[in-house]
Amino acid sequence: MEETTKCELVLHINGEQRTVITRQAETLLFVLRDELGLTGTKPGCLNGDCGACTVLVNGTPIKSCMMLAIETVGKEITTIEGLRDTPIQHAFVRHFAFQCGYCTPGFIMNIHALIEQHPNADQSTIQEWLQSNICRCTSYQEIEAAVKEALQAKKTDIQPSHNRISRV
Amino acid sequence: MAVGKSIIRKEAWDKVTGRAKYTNDFKEQGMLHAKLVTSPYAHARIISIETHEALAAPGVRAVLTGKGLPLTGEDMRDRPPIAADKVRYYGEVVAVVVADTLVQAEQAARLIRIVYEPLPAVGSPREALKEGAPLLHEELDRYERNKTTYPEPGTNIAHRTKIRKGDIKQGFAESDVIIETSVSFAPSDHVAMETRCATAEIWPDGSIHISASSQSPFMIKRLIHTYFGEEAGKIVVHTPLVGGAYGGKAPVQLELLAYLATKAVGGRKVSVWNNRECDMVTSPVHIGLEATVKIGATKDGVFKAMEIVFLFDGGAYSDKAIDVSRAAAVDCTGPYHVEHVWCDSLCVYTNRPYATPFRSFGHCEQSFAVERAIDELAKVLQLDPWDVRRKNAIRPGHTTPTQVRLTKSNVGDMPACLDRLRELMRWDEWQRIELDAYTVRAKGISGGWKTSTIDTDSSSGVILTFNSDGSVNVISGVVEIGTGTKTVLAQIVAERLKMNVDDVHVKMDIDTQTTPEHWKTVASRGTFMAGRAALAAANDAIRQLKEIAACVLRVTPDDLEVGFGRVFLRDDPAIFIPVKDIAYGYKFPNGNAIGGQVIGRGHYILRRLTPLDPETGAGKPGPEWGVCAEGVEVEFNRRDYTYRIVKAYAVIDAGKVLNPKAALGQAMGAMSMGLSFASREGFLFDEAQRVLNPQLRTYRPIHFGEHPTYIVEFIETPQIDAPYGARGIGEHGLLGMPAALANALSLAAGVPLNELPLVPELIWRKQKGDSYGSL
Repeated sequence: MEETTKCELVLHINGEQRTVITRQAETLLFVLRDELGLTGTKPGCLNGDCGACTVLVNGTPIKSCMMLAIETVGKEITTIEGLRDTPIQHAFVRHFAFQCGYCTPGFIMNIHALIEQHPNADQSTIQEWLQSNICRCTSYQEIEAAVKEALQAKKTDIQPSHNRISRV
Repeated sequence: MAVGKSIIRKEAWDKVTGRAKYTNDFKEQGMLHAKLVTSPYAHARIISIETHEALAAPGVRAVLTGKGLPLTGEDMRDRPPIAADKVRYYGEVVAVVVADTLVQAEQAARLIRIVYEPLPAVGSPREALKEGAPLLHEELDRYERNKTTYPEPGTNIAHRTKIRKGDIKQGFAESDVIIETSVSFAPSDHVAMETRCATAEIWPDGSIHISASSQSPFMIKRLIHTYFGEEAGKIVVHTPLVGGAYGGKAPVQLELLAYLATKAVGGRKVSVWNNRECDMVTSPVHIGLEATVKIGATKDGVFKAMEIVFLFDGGAYSDKAIDVSRAAAVDCTGPYHVEHVWCDSLCVYTNRPYATPFRSFGHCEQSFAVERAIDELAKVLQLDPWDVRRKNAIRPGHTTPTQVRLTKSNVGDMPACLDRLRELMRWDEWQRIELDAYTVRAKGISGGWKTSTIDTDSSSGVILTFNSDGSVNVISGVVEIGTGTKTVLAQIVAERLKMNVDDVHVKMDIDTQTTPEHWKTVASRGTFMAGRAALAAANDAIRQLKEIAACVLRVTPDDLEVGFGRVFLRDDPAIFIPVKDIAYGYKFPNGNAIGGQVIGRGHYILRRLTPLDPETGAGKPGPEWGVCAEGVEVEFNRRDYTYRIVKAYAVIDAGKVLNPKAALGQAMGAMSMGLSFASREGFLFDEAQRVLNPQLRTYRPIHFGEHPTYIVEFIETPQIDAPYGARGIGEHGLLGMPAALANALSLAAGVPLNELPLVPELIWRKQKGDSYGSL
C-alpha cells in the first residue's frame, strides 16, 4: 500500500504564520491538533454533527473535521487559543455555562463569530447559530444566558474586567 | 466563608481558553495508534481470522486477537477483552491493529479477513427468557464471580435480585384495586462529548503507565492486577480532566486493550481512541428495560402492595449491568411507603451492546416504570396523581424495600419536595387544557429517590499540602468529570480552615501513585466521601499548625484557633503567628527549627453497609436516600403528534447547597439529559440486532433551542454525617424526567405511553393502534 502524498502548507493561525508538512487528505482538525499542538479544538464525531471542533476561517465558524487543511491556505484561521478575554469567555465563566468543558471551545468560537457578525442577534438568530453544537452537561439555559450577556456587553461596549473574579 | 457561595470552578479559565487537556490531547512523538476491528454481526461464531496481509502493511507494528486472554468483568468474569470464539454483540472488538499512525492502522484494519458463522441473535430480555432462546453464555456455570452475583446457568439470566418485604399476598388481599402496567425501552447511550481514550506503556523497570479518560483510575489499577497478575504497585494510572462521563466511563474496557497493545509492541506507548461510532456501540451503553409493575391500593389511594418485575437488558456481557439491576431493586418502590413488596430484578443477556452505569444508576429506569403505574392507578381511582404521591410519600420511621429503617438524617424530606413542586407548577390550577382545536397543554409529575449501591468498603482519601505562602493544595482521588466536585472540596477545606478559597489550590489530574484513592467517581458520592476525607485532612492540618504555633507562642495547643491565615490565641487574637511562617516548619531567630511542612491527611470509608440477603434482599446498601419531586409541562399537537417541552421542574432535597450555581447546573444538566433520553434517544436495532444509528446525526441528543425553561429549587434537610449536611445531587435531576414526560404526554394524548423514546410516531402508533405498520 502506498503512503498518501504529503505536502507543505503555510497556514495563518491566530495571527501567526505556521508551516506544516501533512497528508493532502488531512482535515484541518487533525493538522491543528497533531501538527500544531492546538488541542483546544476537540474532535467529537468527525462527521459535522456535534460542533466540538468549530474554528473560525476568515471569521466564519467552520467544523474543522469537515474541512481539509489544504483548503485553508491563504485564509485566516482562529482557534480557541486565539481568543483572550472576549466577552463570551467571561460570560461563560460567570454563568457556569460549561461543566466538563469539552464542547466549550466549539461553542465559544461559534458564539464569538455570532457576536461579531450579528451584534443585534435576536432569539431566532441565536437559536439558528447555536443548534449546530451539542452540550451534554449543561441544560443550554446557562449557555443562553451567557450568549445574551455577551451580546449586551458587546452592544454597550463594556470592556471586560481583566481581574478574574472568582466569586459571583 | 466559602460554603454556600457560587465559587467559580477552579479550572474554569482553562476550559474557556482551550488550555484544558483531556486524555487524547496528550500527544507524544513515537506514540503508536490502535484501530479496533469490530464485529458486523450481533451473534456469530468466529471461524478464522487472517492477519498476514495487515501485518505486512506499512507502519503496522502488531495485530492483536482474542486467543488466550483471560476473561474480564467486575462482578462476573464473562467477557474476553477481545472476542475469541464467538462475538455476542454488533460492534464487539475482534482484533486490534497497532501502527505508527492512526491512518495506517485504519488502512491495515481493512486487510484483516475474518470468517464468521452467524448465529440467531437474541433481541430483548423477554425474547432471551423464552424457552429455547439461543444461549449467549453456554459456560455461565463456570465463570468466576463474586459472592453477591447469582447467575442461572442454562438460561440467559446473569443475575437475579430478590426483594421480599412483608407479605405480598396479604397486601393484595387488603387492596381495593389492583392495577398492572408494563413499560419498555431499548438500550441507548451516554454520548459524552469526549469519546473514550486510553494510552499505555511499559517502562524498562516493568512499571505500567496508563492514561485514561475514566471515572475509575483506581479500579483500572486493581483490575489490571486481577486480570493479568501484574503487581498493583507497578501500575500507575493517570487521569486528566474528563470530557463528560455520566457513568459511561466507570467501566474498564479500552484500558485493557491499551495494556495488551503496549505489551505486544515491547512496551512502546500505544493510544486507543474511540471514534464516535465505537464509543456509542463498542464501548458500554445505557441499559434497556422491560418491566411490569403491579400496585395494590385502597380506594383512597394508599399503597398496600407492589409487585415488580424488572428485566434489564444487560446486553452481551454482565460487567456493571448486574449492579445496575440490583440498584433498581433496592429502591424499587420509588420514594413511597409500601408495606408489602415483592420484586425480582433480572440482569438478562441479549445480543446487544453491553450495559454499564448511566447517570441515576437504574433509578430513572425504575421510576419510569413505577411512576407510570402510579398515574394509571390514580386514573382508575379518579384521584389526583399528586395527592396519591403525597399520601404515600416516604418519611422517617418507614422502611425501604431492603428493610432499612429511615431516620431524619438518612432520608430527605419527600413531602416537602412534593408540596413545593405543587406550588411551583401551579398544579391545582390545571393539569390539562386545550388551547385550540389541536393544541393541548398538559402537566405530568414524578417522584424520585436514590441511594448508592457501591462496594460496602468504598473509601476516599485526601491530602492537603501547605505552601510557604500559607496557601493549601488539595489532592483527592475524585476525577473532575465536569461535576465541579473538586471546587466544592476546596470550599469545604477553606470553610474548615477559615481561609480564602482563592488560597486553596486544587490538583485536577489524578495520578494513582501520588493521589490518595477514591474508589470511583460515581454514585453522587464524591462530595460526601471525599468531603469527609477533606474535613479529616483539614483537622489533621489544624492539629499540626497548632502544635508548631504552641511551641512558638509558648501556649498549649488547646488554647489556639486556626483561621484568617493565622494561628491565634482564642482568648486574645492579638497574640498570633501567621500560617505562612509555620507552614514549612518554624525557624527561631537563633537558627533552631521545629516542625516541617504541614501535610494534612484524611480518609473516609463507608460504614455499616451490608450486601443484600439473597432470598429477601434485606440489607443496607447505602448511607442515605436523597429525594426529589419533578414535573414537566408539554404542549402537544393533536394533528401531527409533535410536542414541545415547555417547562421542566425539579425540587430536590440537597441536604445543604454547598455551591448554588454549581448545584443548579448539576440539576438542570441532569434534567436535560433525562428529557433527551426520554424524548428522542435510543438505539434502533434491525432484526439481526445490528445498531442502525450509531452516529450523532441519526442518534440525535437534544440540541440548543429545543430546551424547555428549567425551574429548580432545593430543600435543605441535612444528612448529619455529611460535610455541612450535603446530600448527593448529581443524578436526581434526571430521575423523574422520563416518567414526568411520559405522564404529561399520556395525559395530553389521552393514551398510556409506556415506551421510550417518546417520539411522535410512537404516540401516533399508540393512539391509532399498531395496525398501520411502520412509516
